[in-house]
Amino acid sequence: MAEKAILEKLGILADAAKYDASCASSGTVNRDSTGTKGIGSTEGMGICHSYAPDGRCISLLKILLTNFCIYDCRFCINRASSNVPRARFNPQEVVRLTLDFYKRNYIEGMFLSSGIIRSEDYTMEQLVEVARILREEHRFGGYIHLKTIAGAAPDLIARAGLYADRLSTNVELPTEAGLQSFAPEKRPETIRKTMASVRVGADDAIEAAKGRLLKKAKPPRFAPAGQSTQMIVGADGSRDDDILATATNLYSGYRLRRVYYSAYSPIPDASSDLPPVRPPLIREHRLYQADWLLRFYGFERAEIMEGARDGMLDLAIDPKLAWALQRREAFPVDINRAPREMLLRVPGLGTRAVDRIVAARRLGKLRLGDLAKLTASVKKLLPFIVTPDWRPGSLTDSASLRARFAPPAEQLSLAL
Amino acid sequence: MREVVLARPGDFAEWRDAARGLLTGGVAPENVSWRGADEGASLFGDNAPPASGAAISLPRELLAMADRVICHRDPTVPARLYRIVWRGLRDRQLLARRTDPDVDWLSKTDKAIRRDIHKMHAFVRFRRLGEQAGRESFAAWFEPDHYILRLTAPFFQRRFYGMDWAIVTPDARAIWHDETLSYGAGGTKDEVPDSDVVEDQWRTYYGATFNPARIKIDAMRAEMPKKYWKNLPEAQDIAPLLAGAGARVERMRGAAVSMANPLTDKWRTRVADELLLDDDIRTLNDVARAVDHCTCCPIGCNATQGVAGEGPAGARIMLVGEQPGDQEDLQGRPFVGPAGQVLNEALEEAGLDRQRLFLTNAVKHFKYEPRGKRRLHQNPTAGEIDSCRWWLDKERALVQPDLIVTLGGSALRGVTGKAASIASMRGAVHELAGGTKLIATIHPSYLLRLPDRARAAQERAAFVADLAQARKLAA
Repeated sequence: MAEKAILEKLGILADAAKYDASCASSGTVNRDSTGTKGIGSTEGMGICHSYAPDGRCISLLKILLTNFCIYDCRFCINRASSNVPRARFNPQEVVRLTLDFYKRNYIEGMFLSSGIIRSEDYTMEQLVEVARILREEHRFGGYIHLKTIAGAAPDLIARAGLYADRLSTNVELPTEAGLQSFAPEKRPETIRKTMASVRVGADDAIEAAKGRLLKKAKPPRFAPAGQSTQMIVGADGSRDDDILATATNLYSGYRLRRVYYSAYSPIPDASSDLPPVRPPLIREHRLYQADWLLRFYGFERAEIMEGARDGMLDLAIDPKLAWALQRREAFPVDINRAPREMLLRVPGLGTRAVDRIVAARRLGKLRLGDLAKLTASVKKLLPFIVTPDWRPGSLTDSASLRARFAPPAEQLSLAL
Repeated sequence: MREVVLARPGDFAEWRDAARGLLTGGVAPENVSWRGADEGASLFGDNAPPASGAAISLPRELLAMADRVICHRDPTVPARLYRIVWRGLRDRQLLARRTDPDVDWLSKTDKAIRRDIHKMHAFVRFRRLGEQAGRESFAAWFEPDHYILRLTAPFFQRRFYGMDWAIVTPDARAIWHDETLSYGAGGTKDEVPDSDVVEDQWRTYYGATFNPARIKIDAMRAEMPKKYWKNLPEAQDIAPLLAGAGARVERMRGAAVSMANPLTDKWRTRVADELLLDDDIRTLNDVARAVDHCTCCPIGCNATQGVAGEGPAGARIMLVGEQPGDQEDLQGRPFVGPAGQVLNEALEEAGLDRQRLFLTNAVKHFKYEPRGKRRLHQNPTAGEIDSCRWWLDKERALVQPDLIVTLGGSALRGVTGKAASIASMRGAVHELAGGTKLIATIHPSYLLRLPDRARAAQERAAFVADLAQARKLAA
């Protein structure tokens, strides 16, 4: 009977948590269970232990402590006015599930969030308590991601940072106006203050590590995998430009490791003013590509938006290609001479391929045949590069260049 | 022709010893034939020379790759690897030649092995055997593509130190028992239990975390190829989940929006209207709370918080800076960043106690330009300074200082409402309407930007002198 109750609650509280896209288990400290009676390790790269048919990785036990909520955010399945079934775990039940799953190698750890019950502080305390039991009573060394409840007291966030690898606070909607109309109880400045206190906690821990007198006495780490956030795409009228502007502000201000973009997906018992359409998956994908350009390819937001129209990214082609088509005067690029920063701007070349090219060209001129060994597809590069045995000639400026890459309209609608 | 027989496929030490012997003996790759123990002896061929003690120095990265690649099931691997180390001994740059066919093969094969290892870390599923003296024991059946068990077992040891476990594969088994790792012969699936009580929970979780509105089967299969499904308890649910997904989405879409949960109002907490009206702001505390919500200019939307002034309500001297910086914005307090440091030192030299001053800014929110992981300070416009004066005036009215010291041009504009240069105002004591005295000086961040040391020291001395003058005036 008790088991059945657990299954039911697990079904409700995992379903309620799945709209949070984050499942990363990477980027934390190296840690393992050697010499302890406990279990758990984290080693740089995260592991996806399974994949659901929605293509998403399953790396963590991602659940809510409860889906009761005193907030009424209209895009959320757990809003107060929704009629979804409600459930609540006690901290021990979550601990037990996490350990049982972990021992069977189903997961890398736990990602715990919660609806807001009683108050922000009370809710945060409950989340911290689960993490504390796992770390202190069970010597659990696996990955822990805790949601920081916006508006919770800074000392609770400081405690969460001691147990968790990652903390996250979701901004949910990219603009203030969107948040005010869709999530009346959430205040943008409260969300930003919570993120600021996570960054200050991390900065303080780094300062403490520098200032310590004894090299041996290691000060506690603070959320070593950093913090992240999520924005919902397509629930309100925000344009991609607004979304990326908010993302760049957040990256610069709070040292976020990741911004997740989550295509708004219809939820059971939806609020009537939300689009009952299929989630805009391609748009989500383009935003991730743009985000990568910002963080790893040296692009500024304004440059990415050169390839956009009315503040929206081109859905048919990727944002780097869209930019390159507007900036054809910068091409073709000589693979054997161009600086690294310029190679990164060639459509079809990723950071790894660029590293390989830079290393390999020191040892001899690269020809097209050599490039095939360094990158996945040479065909896409052809209009934009020069090698000793290839010149694109008029191809670079050809009017039909976009059509060469963009899928026919029909196929696109299928892909959507 | 030399012949090498490798008895244990995937055993790096065995291959390494043979290769070392051949290398020290100067045997070229084309003169060696490598075969497995079960491939039948050839009629011709000499045995390989025994490993000698001579040191062979190869790049560490090449050895690490060989250690992995030897686990590949392809029977030509030992010979190809030998050719590569033979070349590696003569060409220290070999691995950097990514376009070389041998190196290309090596890196692709290594990638296949690393992927196999990674997938084994991911897809091993333990089932519980029992518990003895508080220590639980588990077993798993797994079928890797290559001979990688010895490369993966240490990972499971580090991860599951506090429990006993065994992983059985067709080629070999690894056992962690009494804190010792040992290896044995391969086995069969029947040796491992065919179920586990927790699997029901796991499958429930798997089904519940799946979003039926976003089907991406190819993405799933790219990362979790079908060949692994037979040993994954959750994989049996993939087909039924997919079959039911369309109907679930249709139900969500088709369902008329129901009435709000009748308990909504009981659950919801009303957000108190925190926006204070002009008349409500009676204390410095009210200012601090209310400035957070100010939307009179667009700066506030991107800043973390409004940073109000700080200090005793009865302070005689008010210091006005420009605007909060990165640190002030994060911590919600004025002058706590690098410029604040400079100010603190200068105040001390001038004999002023920061605790007895009121410190504030002309503009209450941080204006910046995001640049990667940093926020670059941007000067507020005259319009922004003017619209923020409302807050500064509130603070002035509440503190009623005898003397105001403006730090920098923005502060001067914030206090006086006029565009005047610091140079023209500096050195004199001005009187504001209402009798408050004013002296104008530079902003401490100016001192941080001066590259010339002598000049910086000079400017700093002048800054300290201005502060000392303020102390005398307010005494």
